[in-house]
Amino acid sequence: MAALTPAGPMAPVTPPAIAAGPGGRAGRPRRIRVWRGVVLLVAAVYFLVPLIASFTFTVKDASKGFTLDAYGQILSAEGFGKSLLLSLGLGVATIVVVLLLTLPAMLAVRLSVPKLKPVLEILCTLPLVVPPITFVAGITTILQWGPDHLADTPFFQTIIAAQNPDFPVVLVLAYVILALPFVYRALDAGLGALDARTLVEAARNLGASWPHLLFRVIVPNLRSALASASFLTLALVLGEFTIASLLHYQTFPVWIYTISGSQAQVSVAVSVFSLLITWLLLLVLSSAGARQRSGS
Amino acid sequence: MNGAKVELRGLRRNFSGTTALDGLDLTIEPGELIALLGPSGCGKTTALRCVAGFEQPDEGAVLIDGADITRVPANRRDAGMVFQSYSLFPNLSIRDNVAFGLRVRKVAAAKRHARAQELLELIGLPQIGERYPHQLSGGQQQRVALARALALEPRVLLLDEPLSALDAKVRVTLREEIRRLQLSLGITTIFVTHDQEEALSMADRVAVLRAGRLEQVADPATLYDRPTTAFVAEFVGTMNRIPGKLSGRTVTVLGQDLPVEGDVPATSDVEVLVRPETVIVTPDPSSEAMILVSSFRGSTSRLRVQLGDLEMLADVPGHDTVRLAPGTRVRVELVERPVLVSASSDVAAAVPVSEHDVV
Ligand SMILES: Nc1ncnc2c1ncn2[C@@H]1O[C@H](COP(=O)(O)OP(=O)(O)OP(=O)(O)O)[C@@H](O)[C@H]1O
Ligand SMILES: [Mg+2]
Repeated sequence: MAALTPAGPMAPVTPPAIAAGPGGRAGRPRRIRVWRGVVLLVAAVYFLVPLIASFTFTVKDASKGFTLDAYGQILSAEGFGKSLLLSLGLGVATIVVVLLLTLPAMLAVRLSVPKLKPVLEILCTLPLVVPPITFVAGITTILQWGPDHLADTPFFQTIIAAQNPDFPVVLVLAYVILALPFVYRALDAGLGALDARTLVEAARNLGASWPHLLFRVIVPNLRSALASASFLTLALVLGEFTIASLLHYQTFPVWIYTISGSQAQVSVAVSVFSLLITWLLLLVLSSAGARQRSGS
Repeated sequence: MNGAKVELRGLRRNFSGTTALDGLDLTIEPGELIALLGPSGCGKTTALRCVAGFEQPDEGAVLIDGADITRVPANRRDAGMVFQSYSLFPNLSIRDNVAFGLRVRKVAAAKRHARAQELLELIGLPQIGERYPHQLSGGQQQRVALARALALEPRVLLLDEPLSALDAKVRVTLREEIRRLQLSLGITTIFVTHDQEEALSMADRVAVLRAGRLEQVADPATLYDRPTTAFVAEFVGTMNRIPGKLSGRTVTVLGQDLPVEGDVPATSDVEVLVRPETVIVTPDPSSEAMILVSSFRGSTSRLRVQLGDLEMLADVPGHDTVRLAPGTRVRVELVERPVLVSASSDVAAAVPVSEHDVV
């Protein structure tokens, strides 16, 4: 943005520039402004049209013309609360697990074996290229294979418990893997902006143990990176349909799909509603990040 | 005395092929400020990190007051460190930064804050406790880092080029301040630097490192006046190497006979090591020597003088600069005092001696 705004302070300098070179750069700021407008317009059309269309669809009524009934019905619709809570719970669990998994690993690699960094990067990016359907096939195979072979062992109980429909741990595991690329990117950017080595050594030198320095030094200084990693993970979990549906769990997106068959208007209303929730969360998290940036 | 005795015994450290430390032996007396000086990559930082516990030597031991601490983790060592890069915790206020070590040790908040205030007064910045690191200048940040390192009253203070990121003026005041604090607290201090002036002006003793080994350790005056090796002579201060002829303990150089100090090489073709300030330059139109370049430095001027095939440096008082402009023909003499000689080892030694042109 900064590059686009010099029009004000630059103005007095421009006339001699024009005099000096005919066909100079006088037209440039205007051309940039035009392009900026075009890009904004295209983006706005691309995002707003489906949104407005959805919204119009939910509030249109053949007899009354305008009604918010669809939104009223959301709250009373069967399974809404349960599936939303399940998805939020899965999201939180996924965030906790994925952060506990990646942050210490990334820190350790950065500090003591920088040579392994490309390996970690590839490993964390891999889930992007594995289609979810392959993923489901693998999980299903294991879940079927497990009970046959582990019937007499304590693992059996674990496998059963992991599939508990009230809180399917197996989905958390799957989502952790799906979230890895996004979390890795977010944290890598955060750690890159931080002189992690010096901070860690300074804290060690002052007597801090590893957990202490992780939670009191690294985490507070990575707040915005952690916030964006968490947000991306949450958005992913709230929107993931394929795996949950194929494994027959009633998460929020699956529920939306289920009711869309019977109550089309309500299902679209729910989609608009969930979009608003997601935006709200984004706003909260990014403002938390912004507050940190201004404070550091 | 609050300082501990620090001993480095035969430290060796290899980084996949590069030898950073190659059998480093050094004993630092309690309460002493020792400067580790050496060219880039000679292992100064590695040695310091071995004392701090961030680096494990492959061989050798680090002893503090006679106790072997080589395997003690960094967070249980009694050594405060100030880093080259700014290392304050960005999320904590200055007061909390200084009190960080006390907080780790679970000291009560009131006591912690009082101590932090005390330290901020010690470093001359009593009103900045509420600020955050990004609101301080580089010099202030390094002072706070010093206060933070001192908060736990460590018995050893480790400084890894803490002033190198600062501008010249701040550097001088801050090094005086560090020295003052160090003397009043009596804390054993290892100060890493590649700035010889810094080392000579601050330290009780200076240890010159070369390729992971100790080359010489001595007080600044001795190091400057009587370097034991040619490497030290050239690294600390500037040295001219002038070809000369050795006979017994006298050397003939530029037509003068000077007594020789220190080791005498077996050959008679030697190079005499001469400091620029012991070269006397006087205008003399009949001489063949000529001034090539003159760079004014305020109180002195450094001249580059051509003498046949030889080029040498001479420092003259600043007010002589006008008399000694580039192009002036001059006579070159050396101050009559004992000189160091070394065997003609390198290419420069192959330059034929040109004795005909002076005196
Ligand atoms: N972590 C490391 N991995 C690989 N090589 C290293 C590492 N740390 C230091 N070295 C190498 O060891 C040698 C000594 O490094 P060290 O940092 O101790 O030098 P230094 O004397 O502090 O130099 P400078 O004045 O540039 O700071 C160098 O050749 C350096 O490349
Ligand atoms: Mg160094």
